[in-house]
Amino acid sequence: MSFVLKFSLFFLFFTLTISNFSSAEKQEKLLRQSWSFDGFFGKFDRASLQRGYQVYTEVCASCHSMNLLSYRNLSEVGGPGFSEDEVKAISSKIEVLDGPNESGEMFKRSGKASDKFASPFPNEKAARAANGGAYPPDMSVLVKARAGGADYIYSILMGYEDKPPKGIKLEDGVYYNKYMSGNKIKMSKPLNNDSVTYSDGTASTQEQLAKDVVTFLTWASEPHLEARKRIGFKTVIYLLILTALVYLVKKKIWLRIEPKV
Amino acid sequence: MSGQDSNLNNNEIRPVHTNKVGGSPFKGVVGWIDNRLPIFRIFKYEYLDFQVPKNLSYLWSLGGILMICLIFLIVTGLVLGMHYKPSSSEAFVSVEKIMRDVNYGWLLRYAHMNFASFFFIAVYIHIFRGLYYGSYKEPRQLMWLIGIIIFFMMMATAFLGYTLPWGQMSYWGATVITNLFSAVPLVGNTIVTWLWGDYAVGDSTLNRFYVLHWFLAFGILGIVIFHVIALHIVGSNNPSGIEPADTRDTVSFAPFTTSKDLFAMLIFLLAFVLITMFAPNYLGHPDNYIPADPLITPAHIVPEWYFLPFYAILRSIPDKLLGVIAMVSSTVVLGLLPWLDLSKVRSSVFRPIWKQFVFLFVLDFFILMYVGGMPAEGIYVLIARVGTVYWFLFFLIIAPLVSLTEKTLPMPNSIHEYENWKKQGRIKTLKIF
Amino acid sequence: MSENNNNSDKKNRRDFLTVVTTAVGAVGVGAAVWPLINQMNPDSSVKALASIEVDLSKIKEGQEITVLWRGKPVFIKNRTKQEIANAEKVDLKELKDPQHDNKRVKKSEWLVLVGVCTHLGCVPISGKGDYGGWFCPCHGSHYDSSGRIRKGPAPTNLEVPTYEFVGDNKIKLG
Repeated sequence: MSFVLKFSLFFLFFTLTISNFSSAEKQEKLLRQSWSFDGFFGKFDRASLQRGYQVYTEVCASCHSMNLLSYRNLSEVGGPGFSEDEVKAISSKIEVLDGPNESGEMFKRSGKASDKFASPFPNEKAARAANGGAYPPDMSVLVKARAGGADYIYSILMGYEDKPPKGIKLEDGVYYNKYMSGNKIKMSKPLNNDSVTYSDGTASTQEQLAKDVVTFLTWASEPHLEARKRIGFKTVIYLLILTALVYLVKKKIWLRIEPKV
Repeated sequence: MSGQDSNLNNNEIRPVHTNKVGGSPFKGVVGWIDNRLPIFRIFKYEYLDFQVPKNLSYLWSLGGILMICLIFLIVTGLVLGMHYKPSSSEAFVSVEKIMRDVNYGWLLRYAHMNFASFFFIAVYIHIFRGLYYGSYKEPRQLMWLIGIIIFFMMMATAFLGYTLPWGQMSYWGATVITNLFSAVPLVGNTIVTWLWGDYAVGDSTLNRFYVLHWFLAFGILGIVIFHVIALHIVGSNNPSGIEPADTRDTVSFAPFTTSKDLFAMLIFLLAFVLITMFAPNYLGHPDNYIPADPLITPAHIVPEWYFLPFYAILRSIPDKLLGVIAMVSSTVVLGLLPWLDLSKVRSSVFRPIWKQFVFLFVLDFFILMYVGGMPAEGIYVLIARVGTVYWFLFFLIIAPLVSLTEKTLPMPNSIHEYENWKKQGRIKTLKIF
Repeated sequence: MSENNNNSDKKNRRDFLTVVTTAVGAVGVGAAVWPLINQMNPDSSVKALASIEVDLSKIKEGQEITVLWRGKPVFIKNRTKQEIANAEKVDLKELKDPQHDNKRVKKSEWLVLVGVCTHLGCVPISGKGDYGGWFCPCHGSHYDSSGRIRKGPAPTNLEVPTYEFVGDNKIKLG
């Protein structure tokens, strides 16, 4: 028994050691949410993903790009579950610079499902110039690029306060946010109640908008999350069975000599 | 045969034996091949009939587990290499393409990433086992030394591999680690520029790191072969540290050791799958999902977890050159252990004093790992210094001193006697040990 | 050798438990190998580009354009009356790969072909060869004005890709 005890202490210490270094800075505790994609059987809520996409296009997309995503991703397995026709309709609304054509000129055409998400700015410099020097980060892998992941993004969206605590001076174009490191953020409060009107009748409270868009961003960072968990679960079951079988075989083999000791 | 002498004496006529066909224990086609290319008999002698001490614990399964890790890493690396583009403008995007578009690309990449971590988990347990049971002592010194070389190569390969996704941690990790060479007096900066092929870490650096990552990976495989050849000459050590004398002390490799190792491998694989499939980024750093930016350094640079103890040693010393020397020496002293620990008794089971110091060393390793991940300020600096001092004290002072003064416990004469003592409770060990 | 009870154990070793374990293990190895193989198939970004639209309005009678589709050249030819007539009157018995012209076109003036010789993958040259169609310079295969193999080593006619008219003067490939 003491072996088990010592080993688990050992392991506990090991995990503590590893998990600690990423959360070095002392910060406000994040608003922890229970996400549908958490846990061993986590799956995305399709309706929430679709609403989240709406929030992204109507709010975030005016500043934040998502360069790694294509419109076709919206209809792929494990995603928001738009139909291919819906995706065609979505993508045909954008204009894409293509070419050169036979006469060597670039031309504009309407978007296709295989096109990347349209960017709000042509390049990073233009983005900085339009946002007071701050670069609105690309949101394709944003959730994976922040310690705290989905909870962190949610907390930022919910963490704005109109009046900063006493003693904190905010320059022009800087806002107070409880969860941002240093508490100063150059993005104005993006989500308010009814910033977006949902067509499926869901109440568009700030919490709901934030939840939906974070769900969408999580999917964008990890589009194969559902497949990963599904395959992972099957693999674990399989390995448990095989391990048990191998253990029995091993035991049987060692019985040949064990009595002789 | 004394080849040199007989070459001098040209008049002597001797039979030569260049043709050694025959002697295969196999018949038929296998025998025919084996007589001309003895792969089957080598396999039979070295892997089926090979005699292994019967009292090996599961700690001895780590060797096989490491081999599996290495093979899986090479295989997944091979397929990732089919999609990855080693250029500063394409690397990040190509990795994301693997994660999004390539069939099962996410699985292959997460597996490669986490196998690297599990490779280090296994190698640290493997080294601990060697340390605890004196596997570095006569006649296994060279095997131990080859092991240390493999460990160095592993660290280099892991570091090179970590730069490839070209995220912020990749970029700044590469910058910090290559800058270690600038500590070399006089030619330091020249060396660093040469390593980079540029005036900062850049496109050329990434391209050569990619090639070297491949090269070293196969290099490890090559050196591992020497490690294994040496093992098959000197034989496995065992928990008692007593050499097996006859077949009462041993079992044949197959099916006894193989079935046991297979079980251990599956347990290991289970842990790997749980991490890879349910928390694939747990052992990594979120900043590496931000594309490399030469203008902004992340607020808190940390290497991968497996480098943290060494990183702590580096930072614990306030001088640049000495810090680098300390970090490199911390692994080199490990290689010198066979000549620092002079005790004739191998196993710590019979060395009550040394055993305590070994456990303290393990604790020190974890403490250094912890402070290596913390900012280099305040109490952490002090802890890191104490940890560093103990690290070197352990090898350079404690090992020789204890080995010369310690009174070891009475030892059985053979492995089967050791097993009987264990059953009678005369020797107390943890079950896994 | 220590374990010389091997012979008596031989039957034992192949017992039910071992067989089951081996079988289960083999299934796992197979499943693990599949991702390693499948990763070499076209990825989803490549598959997404698998259809393109081509505007035919600028191709005059007798002219031919070549467009790139799935990394291969596709010939789109606006055939003359003469060429259509030649293609239609051929006796199917003469052909190595018998197929009537009307099975190879959707509108008889528009011939759409994958421009890859069915022999070993070279690109045939338009307007050359003995049958008024295409000629492959690599190994001398002759194709007629319907893209059918007439002479030379190629085994089958030039492939007609899947396409559809999405307007009077527009086709969608794939």
